[in-house]
Amino acid sequence: MAVQKGERVLSRRRRLWIYLAMTGLAVFFLFPLVFMFVSSLKPDGQILSDVGGWRAFLPVGDISVDNYSGVFDRVPVGRFLLNSVIVTTVVVVAGLVVNSMAGFALSRMRWTGRGVVLGVVIATLIVPFETIAVPMVYWVTQLPTLVFENGWIAYDFGWLDTYEVQIIPFIANGFSVFLFAQYFKTIPTAIDEAARIDGAGWFTIYRRIAVPLSGPAFATVAILTFLPAWNQYLWPSMVVQDEDLRPVMVGMQYFFQENTAWGEVMAYTSMITLPVLVVFLAFQRAFVSSVAASGVKG
Amino acid sequence: MTAISSPERRAASAAPGPVSRRKTRGDLRSERRAGWAMAAPAVLLLLVFLIVPVVLGFVLSFTNARLISPEPTSFTGFDNFVRAFTADPTFFRSLLNTFAFAAVVVPVQAGLGLVLAILVNQKIRGAVAFRVVFFIPVVTSIVVVSILWKFLYQPDGLINSFLDSITFGAWQGTAWLNNPSTALAAIIVLSVWQAVGFHMLIWLSGLQTIPGELYEAARIDGAGTWRQFRDVTWPGLRPTRVFVLITITIAALGLFVQIDVMTQGGPVDSTSTLVYHAVRMGYRQQQIGYGSALSLVFFVLVLIVALVQRFLTRDKD
Amino acid sequence: MWTHSAGNPGEIAVYEQLISDFNASQTRYEVVQEDFPQGSYNEAVTTAAAARKLPCLLDMDGPVMPNWAWAGYLQPLGLPDDLVNSLLPTTVGRYKATVYSAGYWEAALAIFARKSVLDKNNIRIPTVDRPWTLDEFDAAVATLKASGYRTPLDLGAADKGEWWSYAYSPMLQSTGGDLVDRASMKTAEGALNGPDAVKFFTWFQQAFEKGWADNAGPIGNQRFIDDAVALSYTGVWNAKAALDSVGDDLLILPPVDFGKGPKIGGGSWQWGISAGCKNVDGAREYLEFSFQDKYLTAFADSQVVIPSTAAAAKASKYFSDNADLREFAVLSQKFALARPATPGYPVISSSFEKAAKDIMSGAEVKSTLDAAVRAIDADIASQNGYGF
Repeated sequence: MAVQKGERVLSRRRRLWIYLAMTGLAVFFLFPLVFMFVSSLKPDGQILSDVGGWRAFLPVGDISVDNYSGVFDRVPVGRFLLNSVIVTTVVVVAGLVVNSMAGFALSRMRWTGRGVVLGVVIATLIVPFETIAVPMVYWVTQLPTLVFENGWIAYDFGWLDTYEVQIIPFIANGFSVFLFAQYFKTIPTAIDEAARIDGAGWFTIYRRIAVPLSGPAFATVAILTFLPAWNQYLWPSMVVQDEDLRPVMVGMQYFFQENTAWGEVMAYTSMITLPVLVVFLAFQRAFVSSVAASGVKG
Repeated sequence: MTAISSPERRAASAAPGPVSRRKTRGDLRSERRAGWAMAAPAVLLLLVFLIVPVVLGFVLSFTNARLISPEPTSFTGFDNFVRAFTADPTFFRSLLNTFAFAAVVVPVQAGLGLVLAILVNQKIRGAVAFRVVFFIPVVTSIVVVSILWKFLYQPDGLINSFLDSITFGAWQGTAWLNNPSTALAAIIVLSVWQAVGFHMLIWLSGLQTIPGELYEAARIDGAGTWRQFRDVTWPGLRPTRVFVLITITIAALGLFVQIDVMTQGGPVDSTSTLVYHAVRMGYRQQQIGYGSALSLVFFVLVLIVALVQRFLTRDKD
Repeated sequence: MWTHSAGNPGEIAVYEQLISDFNASQTRYEVVQEDFPQGSYNEAVTTAAAARKLPCLLDMDGPVMPNWAWAGYLQPLGLPDDLVNSLLPTTVGRYKATVYSAGYWEAALAIFARKSVLDKNNIRIPTVDRPWTLDEFDAAVATLKASGYRTPLDLGAADKGEWWSYAYSPMLQSTGGDLVDRASMKTAEGALNGPDAVKFFTWFQQAFEKGWADNAGPIGNQRFIDDAVALSYTGVWNAKAALDSVGDDLLILPPVDFGKGPKIGGGSWQWGISAGCKNVDGAREYLEFSFQDKYLTAFADSQVVIPSTAAAAKASKYFSDNADLREFAVLSQKFALARPATPGYPVISSSFEKAAKDIMSGAEVKSTLDAAVRAIDADIASQNGYGF
């Protein structure tokens, strides 16, 4: 935190106001999530009858963890969590490598076509995934893949129903490339030159100099790519058929039958939100200081 | 768009110029090769999984292609665009809603984010905890968030009973999502609620780059809180401002999930947005050709907005 | 084999039993089950069809079948005639006189009420032979509203998707309108925007304006169970819960006669065989095996839906002759009307849903219906009449 030398200690009254404002805002930001968690402990009928009053926030009445066991009966939670962890981890880790290399090349090296590539990377930011989902489905069904058939490796077409189709399209990300480029250019170029004179190749400079100096940028991009990867919803419900490969968000739909099992919805959403919160809490210090230090400054 | 244009400009100046050092031809060639090699994986992936689908969509938008049909696909020229602009009132309504949404969300979310950032940047105990709390909605899936808020917005839901009790029954609220005049506003509130924590962090990063000495100097000159903000904080945040503006604008114009989960564009098209309408026509109604045309119109509009923003926030120095 | 039943343990259990019985009964074929959540089932099928990766056996919501058959996803079912003829007519999916699908069960909508409430308010209890006329119904709802119910009627308007066409197009048909001109299947003109349609939708709009009904949640029948509404227009699948909490006081009433007799949407989930199936004989053998009465009864009793054969109904604990929910089977037999069997149905249904929702929210009736008709007709024209 930016505690500057010589900054005067806030007056008591002003501090009180700040606490009041922050507490009010904290309530505003937390109440729907408290409602979610509390409701996950109640039977459906009670959730609906409590919805109009303060009881919605209080674990009162018929409290139990029945909804949680109901969730396990309905959805293979463990499998879905595992799938999401696999998909998310690969997307984040591969994304860090691929996007940081591109960011490095775009910000610190001179090569023909760099300007065009940079322009295209930035232009990709304006494309919402929903608008290209349908052409994308057609496209991935045409892509070649290797399959094992009777002990032989063979060509086949179509990526449906795999981990790849959930992972590979989301590795490269214009926004991540942009953030890395912004960050890398804050590292003095004199270092590169010295290294070059010592005979280091560009990749070595990237790996030995740029990467170690850019921890905050990596933390930022990791969090920013983690969230959408974990929350993938439209895409996997279109391209993943095998239940064993489905990620957590698709599991949400399991609860919307003729009658929605609200208690179980709340329990399930609590369960799938929790890992994200834990990751965020673990990373938040690095993340906040990283945003502070990163090229987001423009 | 300064933030977006600046990396190139700065990168260009940061990249070693030919005068700055003597380079052999071989050096240059190896730099060129290495540059391509290192950018290649990302470029290739973006090409295959973003540019190709966009181009496919571009081609499809001039056809009558269907998701499911034994009828042959044929080129229809500008028919889809003519249909959008002359025979599809929902398209116009969606256009209007999209811009209305962005026009409100951009300033409100940016402003609230700044207020939050200033609050959690105070030198007081517990600021970090509050920072975490304000960020929690960002890490919650927007699908989950939309489902939760749909509950809260029910006519006999929490929001109305809260309004009822703080106004002592004077105001009983309305069926927020059923009322054409309140539905979009209701979605704006939850969208800001969900995303503002992210921009709080961006602002915070900007605040922390402003040297303390500047505040010190301002105080010695006798500047009060407001003048410190106006003369030190605000100018110091200039690059951050551009970044915040652009990211919120792009996200706001792409509004989709909240609409899909909560209102499906209703009541009476009052919450239909361009992306939602494009998905509804292209995917749910299987008219990919028309849906692609709507997406193309959307890209062009976002590009125009981006260029206008770039023009308005261009570097004057 | 694909089902839309993910997240529905009761239904999946029956399938698992059925499949393991079939796999044990012979050695030539093995059926493997894959369950999808209903919300994105159609999307998954469409995507798989585009990639030519459909399984041999897939289930589908009745009205969408003609679309898939027309698109070439499905092949004629080819089950023996005596099997097909033993099923309730609305559980057999026909498109252009060819059978493409058949189902284990049928669903039906009815009006749920409490006898004590109707008696107290001196409202006549309608019967299958003498259902409520529209005037009677209006008077009954007005009376119930006056008696203290804030919204006396739950029409289920909080739901979305196919429910809208399933639930409200029968009311339109009962008034004299329809989703599309069934004689030609080439236009919705006159059917969806004629005087009868305007009359029905004006009533529909007023039902919400007058506060008789609203579109507040929750989806389902909870408000009826809590006695927050007096009349609930909902499906057989909610009947067991209602029976458990309301008991003997529960009435299952026929839908309202809007002029042309009560109507109920027919055609629930059904099974078909994909066009690219390499084991057609195995798929047929499995389907034949699966239509044994004991399985139909098991599905019916686990899902609380009407079994598609009379014999299975007899064995059911809910639908046998004197069982509590027998009424649904009677209603379905008497009043069921399938949605129009045209490949254009997905657009028709989605246009109907949008128009009905807009009208509910106060949009001008005639112009909204005209816009829906234009959307439907433009779509039909763009596909050269969908082969009609």
